[in-house]
Amino acid sequence: MPGKLKVKIVAGRHLPVMDRASDLTDAFVEVKFGNMTFKTDVYHKSLNPQWNSEWFKFEVDDEDLQDEPLQITVLDHDTYSANDAIGKVYIDIDPLLYSEAATVISGWFPIYDTIHGIRGEINVVVKVDLFNDLNRFRQSSCGVKFFCTTSIPKCYRAVIIHGFVEELVVNEDPEYQWIDRIRTPRASNEARQRLISLMSGELQRKIGLKVLEMRGNAVVGYLQCFDLEGESGLVVRAIGTACTLDKLSSTAAFLPACNSPSKEMKEIPFNEDPNPNTHSSGPSTPLKNQTYSFSPSKSYSRQSSSSDTDLSLTPKTGMGSGSAGKEGGPFKALLRQQTQSALEQRGGSPHRFCRNREFPFFTLTAFPPGFLVHVGGVVSARSVKLLDRIHNPAFVGIMGNTRSYKLLDWNSFNSDEPETRDAWWAEIRQEIKSHAKALGCHAVVGYSESTSICEEVCILSASGTAAVLNPRFLQDGTVEGCLEQRLSWQPGFFSIGQEENLPAGCGFCHIPYDELNMPFPAHLTYCYSCRKQKVPDVLFTTIDLPTDATVIGKGCLIQARLCRLKKKAQAEANATAISNLLPFMEYEVHTQLMNKLKLKGMNALFGLRIQITVGENMLMGLASATGVYLTALPTPGGIQIAGKTPNDGSYEQHISHMQKKINDTIAKNKELYEINPPEIPEEIIGSPIPEPRQRSRLLRSQSESSDEVIELDLSHGKKDAFVLEIDDTDAMEDVHSLLTDVPPPSGFYSCNTEIMPGINNWTSEIQMFTSVRVSRLSNINLTNQTLNKNFNDLCENLLKSLYFKLRSMIPCCLCHVNFTVSLPEDELIQVTVTAVAITFDKHQAVQTTKTHVEKSLQRASTDNEELLQFPLELCTDSLGSHPFSPAKEHLESASSNSGIPAAQRAVSVEKASPLTEGHFRQRSAPACANSTVGVVKMTPLSFIPGAKITKYLGIINMFFIRETTSLREEGGVSGFLHAFIAEVFAMVRAHVAALGGNAVVSYIMKQCVFMENPNKNQAQCLINVSGDAVIFVRESELEIISTQQPIASCQPACGGGEIAT
Amino acid sequence: MTNELDIFVGNTTLIDEDVYRLWLDGYSVSDAVGLRVRSGILEQTGATAGVLQSDTMDHYRTFHMLERLLHTPPKLLHQLVFQIPPSRQALLIERYYAFDEAFVREVLGKKLSKGTKKDLDDISTKTGVTLKSCRRQFDNFKRVFKVVEEMRGSLAGNIQQHFLLSDRLARDYAAVVFFANNRFETGKKKLQYLTFGDLAFCAELMIQNWTPGAVGEQPPDPPPYSQVDDMDVDLDKEFLQDLKELKVLVADKDLLDLHKSLVCTALRGKLSVFPEMEANFKNLSRGLVNIASKLTHTKDVRDLFVDLVEKFIEPCRSDRWPLNDVRLFLNQYSASVHSLDGFRHQALWDRYMVTLRSCLLRMYHD
Repeated sequence: MPGKLKVKIVAGRHLPVMDRASDLTDAFVEVKFGNMTFKTDVYHKSLNPQWNSEWFKFEVDDEDLQDEPLQITVLDHDTYSANDAIGKVYIDIDPLLYSEAATVISGWFPIYDTIHGIRGEINVVVKVDLFNDLNRFRQSSCGVKFFCTTSIPKCYRAVIIHGFVEELVVNEDPEYQWIDRIRTPRASNEARQRLISLMSGELQRKIGLKVLEMRGNAVVGYLQCFDLEGESGLVVRAIGTACTLDKLSSTAAFLPACNSPSKEMKEIPFNEDPNPNTHSSGPSTPLKNQTYSFSPSKSYSRQSSSSDTDLSLTPKTGMGSGSAGKEGGPFKALLRQQTQSALEQRGGSPHRFCRNREFPFFTLTAFPPGFLVHVGGVVSARSVKLLDRIHNPAFVGIMGNTRSYKLLDWNSFNSDEPETRDAWWAEIRQEIKSHAKALGCHAVVGYSESTSICEEVCILSASGTAAVLNPRFLQDGTVEGCLEQRLSWQPGFFSIGQEENLPAGCGFCHIPYDELNMPFPAHLTYCYSCRKQKVPDVLFTTIDLPTDATVIGKGCLIQARLCRLKKKAQAEANATAISNLLPFMEYEVHTQLMNKLKLKGMNALFGLRIQITVGENMLMGLASATGVYLTALPTPGGIQIAGKTPNDGSYEQHISHMQKKINDTIAKNKELYEINPPEIPEEIIGSPIPEPRQRSRLLRSQSESSDEVIELDLSHGKKDAFVLEIDDTDAMEDVHSLLTDVPPPSGFYSCNTEIMPGINNWTSEIQMFTSVRVSRLSNINLTNQTLNKNFNDLCENLLKSLYFKLRSMIPCCLCHVNFTVSLPEDELIQVTVTAVAITFDKHQAVQTTKTHVEKSLQRASTDNEELLQFPLELCTDSLGSHPFSPAKEHLESASSNSGIPAAQRAVSVEKASPLTEGHFRQRSAPACANSTVGVVKMTPLSFIPGAKITKYLGIINMFFIRETTSLREEGGVSGFLHAFIAEVFAMVRAHVAALGGNAVVSYIMKQCVFMENPNKNQAQCLINVSGDAVIFVRESELEIISTQQPIASCQPACGGGEIAT
Repeated sequence: MTNELDIFVGNTTLIDEDVYRLWLDGYSVSDAVGLRVRSGILEQTGATAGVLQSDTMDHYRTFHMLERLLHTPPKLLHQLVFQIPPSRQALLIERYYAFDEAFVREVLGKKLSKGTKKDLDDISTKTGVTLKSCRRQFDNFKRVFKVVEEMRGSLAGNIQQHFLLSDRLARDYAAVVFFANNRFETGKKKLQYLTFGDLAFCAELMIQNWTPGAVGEQPPDPPPYSQVDDMDVDLDKEFLQDLKELKVLVADKDLLDLHKSLVCTALRGKLSVFPEMEANFKNLSRGLVNIASKLTHTKDVRDLFVDLVEKFIEPCRSDRWPLNDVRLFLNQYSASVHSLDGFRHQALWDRYMVTLRSCLLRMYHD
């Protein structure tokens, strides 16, 4: 019995009126963990009860501690009838289970009811006493740390990166159980919330066990998802990267902070104890894949015809980097492989430990310097599956008794069943792995998995970036095996040492595959940085831009959007139809991305995420990525338009008109994103030149680049331009749609990576937001064109709205813009966007050669200035320590906003400044003085600009259901969802504050499933969010602390945890 | 293609001050969009009308959700759903409770009941304030009134504590509550020239001097439930009763003559309207003293301002007394009483006259 959980119920406030007669409430609280329940006394006739209960003690297994949530129910006592539930709080006690995280959970939690939303708050204190248990065969994995962050967390050092961990758990969905017909919606929702909470607890525990087996102590890039498969059940699955992390000493924590992945990584000790056995377990045999490129349509038709027999409709696609301009199709990167052999291989090594070796995947998107050696390109695989009922044993379904929810791990329970979710994913991963191999890569980084479900059809997708990694960081023998193999292809390119001597920032662009045996036709040139290795003309990746990569100008968000109509069909026919459509969609998405990239004058995509969503009568594709200009890659050629019907005067004229428009757009974009690469004479390209000369040349040209006159059109004629053939109206539409994307208004940038390439002077003003739109397609006779246009408009308008709403933050960048598309009903398209807007300081960008002291002063003054300029920033910074006169700084910053029209600037400054009119009055108001709610920042990024994360408190993973039967009264669908999302944010913040934290990083809204039935006045929504709770300290404060007393005091900057009353 | 659902939720709740004002002013979404378009915001930002519409809707929805909390401002501070910086919270509250001069003049001194609410339509038409805004302002009055009505202690202080308003606004609300509670008539035609500021000024003085709370120290051990009079909201009944004693100043002919001669002697040559003053002294004095002695009747309390205007301000005004002469006269008029040997209620007289004098001076304008 290794744990004692202690809970104390302190007080409640703002409770709803439960007794109409007295306008008061007789509240009491039930505290439940596992199957033990305690109750407080009834606190009569109060909306602000003070229970001040004793400590309720639960003595439990640590297995239960990991799986079970603490469940707190607030009820209204009723002498004559059943007690009415006011609402519940679920507290995940996992953060208390590892030593370095939180020690106590204490604070005000919103009391949540799935029908009424938040109904008051309750103050709870939770503690755990853990006893050490050295049982080898334990089922718990207490102590393994989990991080959603997809890079090595800031106050840790990676000793070893072990590799991929995955797990999935399956159960029947309570919503679809027979009992749901007789129970209330509330009971059903609560059963669901509770079940998912249990399942994710179990999942996390199991993943933790795998990590312990691998001798790791943490999971980084932990991504957990739910598949609501409806009738056929509920799947909770998770992937992550197992690591051994070392906490950096407190002195190191006070080193000058860097927002980019930490530089401390430089000196990772070589792992001296690689397991020698692992060497042989990897697939070190030479590639035997039949890798060939071919016309997609042909291959896919074959694929689907074979699928009719076994229902496993798996179009297998891989997408490489590179394009082949002249041949016309960018989708020469199509790969197809026989997965058969690989699967057999897998069968030979059923042991879990070995399976990790089998998938050298990493969910990380940013890496310690030197980790990433080469990047091959994006690999992806999709598979269409038909869902059938997950056969659950009979004992599931007895409600009420908690342990009867015995969860099913499909692997262990029904392993003889061929159609398991686990096998499906294994198949896809195998696919990914072989694509990576074909690209000469032994590993996949930035790996992620997703599903799209409509009725009984499910599309499973996985994607990542094929890469060659530096084996120093890995324990894995597989990697070395592959590396050797690769090196044998390219003699003269061995040692890591030599690699490190290369000019920084181009190594990862060099092709990892064999030039003579390329997996797909691509244009290779010598690297524009080092001139020694070959690089492709275009590079697509799913990772963040490596910190050492050199880019020119700024990046921008690039999206490809696509709809395809599909006939309504049942089961197999439907699945077949979908798998027939998929390759075309992939192809078109790729083409669009390539066109838009060229139109922006850029040559690489980072953070690429392609989402294919299936609906009743259509498929939607949405690809988002951040385009940049990599110095190492060649200048992209332009886009040339060719008509198919010559000898038609007006037509020719039209074509040339279009061509001009496109050229203009490219020129404009180059100016907008400040892309002015140094001009390199043609003759240098293609012949390696001696290194010293090259280097000096490069340096010179870079320093000149600022005042160089931009000669934009230089490359168009010489290079192979990208040719668009216009042979019918469809193609015409495509070209038009290319040109409809309007750039963001001046002062705005956007990207879907962590940070914007080319901007590094962030201020600490951040605003995370979620925006949701649902559009109804009006006309019944939809065509692909109108559908495309509608979808395009929906996304573009959404972006425009965001820019407008956030205009007071200019100059600002929307980072980590994450679009999600779903098709909840026949004619409905739902787009959900989560992103963070970060203000940056234009003025500071120029001055990059500042000493540290100057910088820190400036930073301090930036904080100061913010206080004045942006009331959005909560006033938690102390003003006293800043040496600059606020007024002066204010003026300076106003004058630096040179990109904005003067009038508008004046407006925004005036509006934002709390010192101007209308504000002086509030100074005296008491509200300013005694705000009691601590500020909790939320961001999808892994860091907080201008601040240093001093402690990770644990993972936040929450699932909520909200339902209403009075939709109109709650303000319609918009009012309903707006309130719900605000409540979800509030509950996340409350949990973080209770852990003693003041921010959530790597926040993600993984699911937002919205269903409505306006006729019945009903709606339901499910939201799943996760992130890492942290304590951060402002850098300005940090310096003050460190100069005064250099000890590790991890006080949150805003005192977010404690809430005084 | 129409947007069925369109929302934006920030971790920090975005508040657009301009839109907030439009919302408070009671404009519908479409009117607000129209007004924003006219403000030239589209040109400034390059946004489209659709964007503006969506933005306005979104802000309106947020405000609608916040409104419930604004009804009890301390809740806004403690709630967890909307993360709003303290300065913005204060702004939201202050603006929500701000009211229009035109509106407040219409309802000042009226009973804050449902019956009056039906008249809001007329008030809206008359003042040009939208009905929605009238509703909000009226409900604010009523809400504040209900909360502080039964409360002991400083009226403005209570309001500030429970509604977190700025000093100034809390004192204005104190005046509104005071007027509503005592039902002073302010709507008569001859009172129309008085601004809310004038009346609030008078109310504040009366709260300071004429309520039970004004007597300085409170009863040492107040019986908890037998307190009949509220400290600040009602006039001091005992005081009003005592005011009857002042009647002797006009009823006793000798005293009246003596008073007149004292005042005339002191002011001779100092007033431009001396003859008029001399001729009118008895009328004016009778007016002021009679007002005092009648204040035991609720009806006469209600008519206090009407009486002040009829009995004192109008006569002076018709004789074209300059403001300074009025001041000199009132000072001398109240001071001379101290020299009347036969008069024993000096303290009572001062408590009455100090307030009245300031009120009259403030009210004496066109």
